[in-house]
Amino acid sequence: MDRTKILSVGIDVGTTTTQVVFARLTLENTSGYFAVPHVSIVEKEIIYKSGIYFTPLLNAVLLDGEGIRKIVATEYGRAHFAPSDVGTGAVIVTGEAARKENAAVLLKSLSGFAGEFVVSTAGPDLESVLAGKGSGAQRASEDRGITVINLDIGGGTTNAVFFDSGETAAKGCLDIGGRQIRVDDAGAITYISESAKKVAAAEGIPLAAGGPASVPEIQRLCARMARLFEEWLGLSPPTPLLEAVRTNESTPLLLPRKARAVCFSGGVADCILNSYDNPFCYGDIGPLLGKAIRESRLTKEFETIRASETIRATVVGAGSFSTSVSGSTISADAQLLPLKNVPVLKLQPEEQARCYWGDEAFLYEKTRWFLEQSGNEVFLLAMRGEPNPAYETLLRLAECISGALPKALPASSPLLLALESDTAKALGQLIGRILPNRPVVCIDSVRVEQGDYIDLGRPLMGGVVIPVVVKTIALG
Amino acid sequence: MLIDELKLQKALREVLAELGYQIEDPPGSSDHAPRRPRDITSAEARAEILIPNPFDREALERMKQKTNARIGVWRAGARLGTQTMLTLRADHAAARDAVFTDVDPAFLERLGLFTVQTRCADKNDYLTRPDHGRLLNDEAAETLRRRCVMNPDIQIFASDGLSSSAIAANLADVLPLLLDGLKAKGVIVGTPFFVKFGRVGAMDHISEILGSKVTCVLLGERPGLATAESMSAYIAYNARVGMPESRRTVVSNIHRAGIPAVEAGAYIADLLVTILNAKTSGVELRREEK
Repeated sequence: MDRTKILSVGIDVGTTTTQVVFARLTLENTSGYFAVPHVSIVEKEIIYKSGIYFTPLLNAVLLDGEGIRKIVATEYGRAHFAPSDVGTGAVIVTGEAARKENAAVLLKSLSGFAGEFVVSTAGPDLESVLAGKGSGAQRASEDRGITVINLDIGGGTTNAVFFDSGETAAKGCLDIGGRQIRVDDAGAITYISESAKKVAAAEGIPLAAGGPASVPEIQRLCARMARLFEEWLGLSPPTPLLEAVRTNESTPLLLPRKARAVCFSGGVADCILNSYDNPFCYGDIGPLLGKAIRESRLTKEFETIRASETIRATVVGAGSFSTSVSGSTISADAQLLPLKNVPVLKLQPEEQARCYWGDEAFLYEKTRWFLEQSGNEVFLLAMRGEPNPAYETLLRLAECISGALPKALPASSPLLLALESDTAKALGQLIGRILPNRPVVCIDSVRVEQGDYIDLGRPLMGGVVIPVVVKTIALG
Repeated sequence: MLIDELKLQKALREVLAELGYQIEDPPGSSDHAPRRPRDITSAEARAEILIPNPFDREALERMKQKTNARIGVWRAGARLGTQTMLTLRADHAAARDAVFTDVDPAFLERLGLFTVQTRCADKNDYLTRPDHGRLLNDEAAETLRRRCVMNPDIQIFASDGLSSSAIAANLADVLPLLLDGLKAKGVIVGTPFFVKFGRVGAMDHISEILGSKVTCVLLGERPGLATAESMSAYIAYNARVGMPESRRTVVSNIHRAGIPAVEAGAYIADLLVTILNAKTSGVELRREEK
């Protein structure tokens, strides 16, 4: 089998909007007749985009789970797909929605409904990366070999990701967005977010819920928000306000160097391009924030890359970019799969070197400690791996792992291993020979970090590869 | 008076430094350190960008990381620059060496392989008479009958082909994985050995001599200017002299920058069992998979 297609779903429950997309991922063995197979995702086609719904809320702290489930069910119906058709995908709760008290419960029930191998995930950093891929910024960075920052400016938050030749090099998130202040039809302010209050206070702008929305004052506020972006992207020195509006649990955006280009996505991206007669036509400050960004140094000091998706960037990212495939020479006991929410223990280069030297006591201690700390009975041992190890070297590693892990793990737990270097099939075979009764999954060409969680799907293409989703935060 | 150039440079630097100019030492110019000749075939030398003022150096560096083609080199008039020319010649020399040297007998002994020879009398005969390289001589056939397990499920052997360097670089890491892996799967594996002056077709003759169901040769590939260490595995079910080439399954590009030797070994082990069970190989096997 040289080609196969899987249906992937993306569901994004955001601060302001909830959306669903379906994507068709095409896997193909691209290697020639005379070579070892090499399967990759060669095509990602969005085949269905839902309407854009306002995210249903019960009150300020609770999402309306029933309402959201209804939206998703309706969209599955309209797209003519059943949950059992769906092979992979991701449900993500993003922006301020992720901070609602019932976000985790909602995610769990939604991912259960959406399909067997649809993962639930959240966290501002992951959201940044998905948006940057969905907007086309990552593609532009890879195709042209340049540095690109994607700013996904939503209702509650702005997610930034820095790509260098397509590789993710930095990410971050600020509590700045188009619906930080809401305005009713009569022109009165109905809501001001905590971070908008901070920005207003720093600028000495008197804003209060219930008061009138003055265009000049809100323009000043939006100009300050745009300047915060300038600070964030390294165009001017950071002020204390920048740290004050950084999203909880997001990493500070540490840019390795100045970007060449910037790409705007999210709902506010459309407001950067368009002009509006009534600045409060959406009942929020999106159009004015867009205008402030258009007039800021962001559009002058960086080349602007036009996003292929704006308001849908995150959901498209979730639908088509959350799944990747393992290397094509792997070793996996198929009946173990799928496995969800497996925590990752990543060995650092010097720790990896000790394992290749056969330091079994070290690996046992490390593993035992990790399992104790995390309270897990299953985990994935990850390392970069040597690129071209000698047989004896690999055998020593196999013996080290086969000795250490079974001692630390319960007898029923499988051995799960991931390497970056293309040596997983060999390592898996060697371990399988030493421990014939222990189920093993050993994959390669997968990059994970300490603290990640990984989902491993059922083998595809006649067992050649398995689909993999790497998450920064697992819920449920 | 003979003026020592280095001393002159040193004096100049001192004067300039006194005037407040910062002058960096040229590389390799510390007073007594002899200049070490640089290895122009090293990864660092190959990564070097020789274009004097590239428009986008970083992009070029990234492109060079993705290919081992000679991009980002410069020219002198219509010709290659000296460094590029020398690297080309060095790579060509490595390719010639790969063809003209023999595999070290001590290396084969360490792997527990005995050696038999095709009908080629010497290297020259081997290179000029491909037909001689496809058949074993009578003595070799006799040796195989005497020393090998007959009628095995799978017969594996190695051969120099056109690159002894490929065998030296990869065989020790592929063979044990393959042999041990197959034994663990419970198939009868034949006695491994080495064929000197062997072409791919020798496997057909060997299959007939030993009566093996599946025959697999690990063979050094014709070296190119990118690598001289590429090994391939040619595999056939029920190989016979004169059979069509389409019956061979090939796993190519086993080398440092291709598929790692150990991983290739693990892959080939699975593939051999697949072929044994499918009772067919080559194009026919691919058709069955679909």
